[in-house]
Amino acid sequence: MALTREQLAQRVAQEFQDGFYVNLGIGIPTLAANFIPQGMQVMLQSENGLLGMGQFPTEDEVDADLINAGKQTVTMVKGASLFSSAESFAMIRGGHVDLTVLGAFEVDCQGNIASYMIPGKLIKGMGGAMDLVAGADNIIVTMTHASKTGESKLLSECTLPLTGKGCIKRVLTDLALMDIEDGKFILRERAPGVSVEEIKRLTSGALVVPEHVPEMIF
Amino acid sequence: MLSKYRTYISILIKVDSVSGFDKVITSYAQALEGLEDNMTVVAGGFGLCGIPENLIKEIKRKGTKGLTIASNNAGVDGAGLGLLLQDKQIKKMIASYVGENALFEKQMMSGELEVELTPQGTLAEKMRAGGAGIPAFYTATGYGTPVGEGKEVREFNGRHYILEEAIVGDFSIAKAWKADRYGNLIFRKTARNFNPMAITAGKIAVVEVEEIVEVGELDPDEIHLPGIYVNRLILGTFEKTIEQRTVRSA
Repeated sequence: MALTREQLAQRVAQEFQDGFYVNLGIGIPTLAANFIPQGMQVMLQSENGLLGMGQFPTEDEVDADLINAGKQTVTMVKGASLFSSAESFAMIRGGHVDLTVLGAFEVDCQGNIASYMIPGKLIKGMGGAMDLVAGADNIIVTMTHASKTGESKLLSECTLPLTGKGCIKRVLTDLALMDIEDGKFILRERAPGVSVEEIKRLTSGALVVPEHVPEMIF
Repeated sequence: MLSKYRTYISILIKVDSVSGFDKVITSYAQALEGLEDNMTVVAGGFGLCGIPENLIKEIKRKGTKGLTIASNNAGVDGAGLGLLLQDKQIKKMIASYVGENALFEKQMMSGELEVELTPQGTLAEKMRAGGAGIPAFYTATGYGTPVGEGKEVREFNGRHYILEEAIVGDFSIAKAWKADRYGNLIFRKTARNFNPMAITAGKIAVVEVEEIVEVGELDPDEIHLPGIYVNRLILGTFEKTIEQRTVRSA
């Protein structure tokens, strides 16, 4: 079975380590904050100028001056800090954020990512995504493995305009966890009940299947 | 002789009642005196958070046209910079994200509005560089993407970087939380965002704030941006519209 949104978020959270500063993109990545293991400290960075983002506010706590990068009202955890956008992207570009998680339309086995623009459709902009993929060493892309019509989004070469070139090393889809090494996808884990054959069929870029590919454990 | 010279200069460059280091002015009309058609304006704010809402309204009232505006976002329909689209006052928008704005989409699609999509961190750095006297800088952001097309590429330590040019505006419009009369500024929470860099990047920096205190009342250690960057300071009242009101039950 393909992973649900919650399971994707849960699997992302398994990549967290104690003391990590993490930037979570809008959507499934943000959900991962709900699955930070008990007793582990993870500090969430919001690129509009907040390190130490907390949960949504109660009605009484709502503050128009305190939002996240998705423009949602948020709170701060103890030990949080606030800064300008230039400072925020200095952290990101400078490689100080330990883990970045974001979505994509397409990823290819050269580590290229396309996530911000579909020609002919409405262009909304890349926001901070280009800086995040260029700045972080440790990035996880979360996405669906194939389109609804069964077309692979894990390609030998991205067809859409790129968000970043050669910067992706790990992809988590609803079917599989894969690393990208030397121009190939390496299948590391399968979603529970999903066969290697199905993943092969839906991966159009070069794929290496190790002898043993364990199922994800939740 | 010297004092005469000074008077002459002050008549030339002072367009308002500012005297000495006192940056406080009392009317929004005065705040944007000198803003003309086809100028470049650098604006602070992220979404509708920390935007100079009254200065934007004043630009609308003034009817200045052909503006190039550098701001992370372009407001929403009927709020923030979205207000300036109603009378087609913006010619070009330099922004990282322009969603949530139907009028913007319409003008962009019809070609009436030129848009230069700029990665968020690059935009912040372009403003910072502009204010800091640095004409351009190299960044890995955007290399190999449409953003990097036509830009100079250089390799440092085995990695490719593109050359991005700084932004300097004729005016900057920004919002801070608290100021003293000298224009020393303190921002509040994530309403800081692009505001400090935007202020430094404008030849005439206009800042509106929620509170102005007397000189000496702010602890110098607490000041986020020194008044040297601020030309005009005005006390405003703010609506502070929330784009995404997300709450949890208590």
